[in-house]
Amino acid sequence: MNGLTVAPSPHRSTKLSTSMIMLNVVIALLPSAVAGTVIFGARAALVLLVCIASCVIFEALTRKLMKKEQTISDLSAVVTGLLLGMNLPSSIPIWMAVIGSFVAIVIVKQLFGGIGQNFANPAIVGRIVMMLSFTAFMSSWPVPFWYKLGADVVTGATPLAAGAGSISYIDLFLGNCGGCIGEVCSIALLAGGLYLMAARIISPAAPAAFIGTVALMTLITGGDVLFQILSGGLFLGAFFMATDYATTPLTNKGKVIFGIGCGLITFVIRNYGNYPEGVSFSILIMNLLTPYIDRLTQLTPLGAKKPAAKEA
Amino acid sequence: MKTLSGIHISHDKRTENKETALFPLPDEVLIPMSQHMGAPCEPVVKKGDLVTVGQKIGDTDAFMSAPIHSSVSGEVTAIEDFLNTNGTVCKAVRIKSDGKQTVCPDITPPEITDRDSFIHAVRESGLTGLGGAGFPTHIKLNFDAVKTPIDTLIINAAECEPFITSDYRQLMEDPTDVIEGVLMVQKFLGIPYCKICIEGNKPAAIRLMKEKTADIGAVSVVTLPQQYPQGAEKVIIYTAVKRIVAEGELPSNQGVMVMNVSTVAFIKKYADTGMPLVSRRLTLDGDAMTKNQGNYTVPIGTPVSSLLSYTGAEDAKAVLYGGPMMGITLYDTAQPVLKNNNAVLAFRELKKPKMTECIRCGTCIRTCPLHLMPVSIENAYNARDVEELKKLHVMLCMNCGCCSYACPAHRNLAEINQLAKALIPRPKKK
Repeated sequence: MNGLTVAPSPHRSTKLSTSMIMLNVVIALLPSAVAGTVIFGARAALVLLVCIASCVIFEALTRKLMKKEQTISDLSAVVTGLLLGMNLPSSIPIWMAVIGSFVAIVIVKQLFGGIGQNFANPAIVGRIVMMLSFTAFMSSWPVPFWYKLGADVVTGATPLAAGAGSISYIDLFLGNCGGCIGEVCSIALLAGGLYLMAARIISPAAPAAFIGTVALMTLITGGDVLFQILSGGLFLGAFFMATDYATTPLTNKGKVIFGIGCGLITFVIRNYGNYPEGVSFSILIMNLLTPYIDRLTQLTPLGAKKPAAKEA
Repeated sequence: MKTLSGIHISHDKRTENKETALFPLPDEVLIPMSQHMGAPCEPVVKKGDLVTVGQKIGDTDAFMSAPIHSSVSGEVTAIEDFLNTNGTVCKAVRIKSDGKQTVCPDITPPEITDRDSFIHAVRESGLTGLGGAGFPTHIKLNFDAVKTPIDTLIINAAECEPFITSDYRQLMEDPTDVIEGVLMVQKFLGIPYCKICIEGNKPAAIRLMKEKTADIGAVSVVTLPQQYPQGAEKVIIYTAVKRIVAEGELPSNQGVMVMNVSTVAFIKKYADTGMPLVSRRLTLDGDAMTKNQGNYTVPIGTPVSSLLSYTGAEDAKAVLYGGPMMGITLYDTAQPVLKNNNAVLAFRELKKPKMTECIRCGTCIRTCPLHLMPVSIENAYNARDVEELKKLHVMLCMNCGCCSYACPAHRNLAEINQLAKALIPRPKKK
């Protein structure tokens, strides 16, 4: 009798898949995305949807042009789009959001080989390119619930630009402040991050090291610790971008080093740099160091012996 | 107690309460000359010879080997080439059964008085590790008591693979054989302690063995955590005695010896009867089997097709020697039952989810019991970077399959590890 399946062991496998992981990340991002929409109005939802749609379409088109298998069903483009949108002010012109999506998906992700191969976080590079290209639009922040005040957008400073003491902790925690769509509501981001940790999709190592370092450095320099932690993009970056698989180290030790590096750079930029916020730059710089961190933190397996130095 | 990583997988021990029955005698057996690690045997019978049950039909002078005996009485109808599942070819003896099962007249209980006669007897029994690896038992027993003294005998009754219950039935049906086998090994080889290690999913066996060994101070029962792969040699040694067998070392370097529970029980049986290893207990299960699933004593060399027709699994699309985690797929149902099979499982299909690109999630690293880095090994393998593979210590991989199982991109990481091992030149023998 023939027609038997011959395959390498094991012959069982987990039900988990890449698309399920990505779906979980989307679910974890939703509370903050919804909060952003409530705070900044329907325009915020439009920005998010445009980013998601253009990321998915750009991915499909690039894969088609490159004659590669379609990968949009793995939902990673949805995650990139959602993350990018959450990193933009709700007043951003739509065409600029589309350009950001192009940079993220086509240049950073697909030209480097697609999912798992990109050296930097696509959403972060998309945001940074937009920040450098459209600085004025990227630093104009509608105030919370402006749509209730009248027909015209009212803008104001972000807490980081205004400085500590400009806003109460409770407003920072709930997101009643200016900023990017998905970065303001700390409690929603915290809930999403904890959900991903509970589902063992992300490790707490990098977010804990990142936030912890910012807190520690602020404490040492006599700053307002709670204010520094809750403002800006720290929670969004720490929970959702410093935990990106492809662009952060593999081992927990590496993730801690990555998080500490992000925290230090963020602290320096926030306090001494030209920009009020440094989370994006810090993650990008650490993305570039990730291969080296991986090399330095290679695990020693149980029972490993150093390779014999001399060969006859 | 620190537990090494691993995976949680459904146990599917559906046959655990099926008492062992005798499998109907097949019309014909095909007995390959290579059923163990090491050199294959040469047939010592020829076409037309009449053979009896327990008669030696293959042997060799090679050190690393074990003789092979006929499992039926009847006539040798062919000496033929046989393709092993590992791709090597050896001779195999085809014997037509006369249905009488006449026992070889030479069979008498062996005379065992000391270490040497004990090891010699085990060699003559044709015993190889019955847990799966097929390591010739007499080689394992013949450790150097001066250079590598052994203080603890670990009995591997983890049976951590899903479906398989043959070792469990050994414990439940013949616990005395197990204990007396242990005492023989301890006595003749001078091993002071023994730990019988059973995974926590077999509470009845743990209770029974604790009861039976209550009066024996040197023998204790260890409950292993319910997590695959508890039965892997390096894992069970770590869990039982907290020792690490390093790269290139044998367990004896760490003062331990691991024996499968059915292997040690067979030693006792052989000492009583002198009947060599001609049949073994086998679990028959899997979703393609529609009837008679259970545990059977099956003559070595029985064609798997007989097992399939007996269990109504003729239309199975995949058949495994062993369990779903480390089992080997058969290429043909005419392949015979071998000494080291503990189960034959038949499935309607072996579903493998579609493989996608690696997302570097690191799950493979977290699940590896030995802290290997399969994701990095795959990259180094694709680059054919032998130096990097050495640095990643791929040679330590036991092929337990946890990485492949847990990979959300469903990559064949365990297979890549084995292919990567083949790239590393073997150290020259001194």
